[in-house]
Amino acid sequence: MADTAQETHAPVQDDPSRRDFIYIAAIAAAAGGAVATVWPFVDQMNPSADTLALASVEYDLTKVEPGQQVVILWRKQPLFIRNRTPEQIAAAIKDDNAAMKDPQKDEARHKPGKAQWLILLGSCTHLGCVPTVGGGEYGGWFCPCHGSVYDTSGRIRKGPAPLNLAVPEYSFLSDTKVKIG
Amino acid sequence: MSGHSTYEPKNAFSKWLDARLPVTRLVWDSFVDYPTPRNLNYWWTFGGILTLCLGIQILTGIVLAMHYQVGGATAFNSVEHIMRDVRHGWLIRNIHATGASMFFIAVYIHMLRGLYYGSFKPPREVLWLLGCLIYGIMMATAFMGYVLPWGQMSFWGAKVITNLLGVFPGVGQSITTWLWGGYGVDDPTLNRFFSLHYLLPFVIAGVVVLHIWALHVVGQNNPTGVDPKSKADTLPFTPYATAKDAFAMSLFLIVFAVFVFFLPDAMGHADNNIPANPLQTPPHIVPEWYFLPFYAILRAIPDKLMGALAMFGAIGCLFALPWLDTSKVRSMRYRPTAKICFVIFMVVCIILGFCGANKPDDQVIPGLAGFMLLDANANSWVWLSRIGTFYYFLYFLVITPMLGLTETPLPVPETIASPVVANAEKKG
Ligand code: HEM
Ligand code: FES
Repeated sequence: MADTAQETHAPVQDDPSRRDFIYIAAIAAAAGGAVATVWPFVDQMNPSADTLALASVEYDLTKVEPGQQVVILWRKQPLFIRNRTPEQIAAAIKDDNAAMKDPQKDEARHKPGKAQWLILLGSCTHLGCVPTVGGGEYGGWFCPCHGSVYDTSGRIRKGPAPLNLAVPEYSFLSDTKVKIG
Repeated sequence: MSGHSTYEPKNAFSKWLDARLPVTRLVWDSFVDYPTPRNLNYWWTFGGILTLCLGIQILTGIVLAMHYQVGGATAFNSVEHIMRDVRHGWLIRNIHATGASMFFIAVYIHMLRGLYYGSFKPPREVLWLLGCLIYGIMMATAFMGYVLPWGQMSFWGAKVITNLLGVFPGVGQSITTWLWGGYGVDDPTLNRFFSLHYLLPFVIAGVVVLHIWALHVVGQNNPTGVDPKSKADTLPFTPYATAKDAFAMSLFLIVFAVFVFFLPDAMGHADNNIPANPLQTPPHIVPEWYFLPFYAILRAIPDKLMGALAMFGAIGCLFALPWLDTSKVRSMRYRPTAKICFVIFMVVCIILGFCGANKPDDQVIPGLAGFMLLDANANSWVWLSRIGTFYYFLYFLVITPMLGLTETPLPVPETIASPVVANAEKKG
């Protein structure tokens, strides 16, 4: 009888890997559960649904005189709408092949046939200050915070900012009306 | 250090408590009978002063939170309400706002003390690291606190600093959006900063407990840097250290009061009395004075990512210091060359502070024309901050490791007591 009892227990003792498997499975399940629990606490800080749903804005361009810039709020952030003069457009095109940090042609920065209208996020690509219009040696924008200089196409020409002023998603509803977002 | 406990419960209640929760014994052993080196000077009183500062910030902060109304539309006005209408509100806010600056003055003195006397060297590495951690959390707390009044500097400071974290390639933008909870600094940002500003001081308090625990395990350093060897080298904490700490705290509080009552705006920035306006950047953004040297390092480097890395690296050097310093002699009292390099380091930190406060392209020496050097005039704050940044890193990464290997230190006394006794005999 004693022999039979030993035989039935023997396989369990001889196979420690079965116990390891249970440890690993249990720890893996607990770790997975922990990550799944932590995630909502981390992700709650991302923009909420109503923030993301912030409607697009429409703007009547007749309010902007040639050579003038209007700053509006879009998604609670400043947005530049600039009515460029022919000289400013010409200056931008002339520099299309100049050495730049973030090379882009002027035509890539406005809608086709609408070279007059430059619509840009009013946030310096360095650390987010609002650049002042007309400043800097290119007559584009100058950022007062750490001295970034943008040209009349909003391209970065000098200073610490790495990228051109960003062009948001927008479309022309008519010749005088744009919809941003 | 903490040898046998000498605490003896006097009455029935303290005996009863001691057998159940020996908290009185802990206080007695840590702050009454605790042996302190007999030669501690006034630079050693700043630990106590810092604890006082933390207490003041928590007390005044809790009161402010009773009247402050978080939210982009309400925050600025509620702070004005505290200043004008709440009984003694002006006093409590002045104490809190000035208190932050006093806290940083104390922490910088405390840290420089550690640098000079080698308090970060073995066996005090963990003690030092906990201190650096407290400093880091303090900076985060003060930064978020400064955002709460929601003035122009609050808003734009928050925007610039959060954008700084956006420099890391790939993940940067998601980190800033996550911090903002929107497309820019806005209500959600202010709300979470208030929540964290309330929380972090209590986290600091927790780390302070660990800091003091580590201190009581390895024992205090002292101006000679020599370990106490016998009873002749130490004095009991009470009354000696307690009295000295209390005297230093009184002096500190006098200076504190001068600022609170006579110069409450001296360390702040006038632009923060203008409500936050996301459409207009103030002409000249500067952080609070205690961040200026790091801000100068950030701007010294023309590349966005490298500038941010240099700034974080400057703080990182402090954490790495115990492993950068190769000198066996703790105190710079016996290291003449190190002493000179250290004094230059302190001056450079102050110069960097001025660089951070000025516009990069302005002239350092007014009227001197200077000449173009690479991308900027040589007579400009940006070039001065480059020289300063160079020395800052040179000090930590080259001078500190090399000097320990090459210098010849002066003779170090056998024990703490020996120079004291010798001096006494000389005086007769
Ligand atoms: C490590 C400790 C602390 C530091 C360094 C600190 C720092 C600051 C700073 C620099 C400000 C801006 C002051 C101004 O310009 O008006 C501030 C504001 C504020 N803090 Fe703190 N704080 C600390 C602890 C606390 C605690 C524990 C609380 C709450 C329990 C608190 C609540 C507030 C409130 C409500 C404000 C906004 C009102 C105001 O601007 O005066 N603080 N804090
Ligand atoms: S934010 Fe514009 S240059 Fe720094």
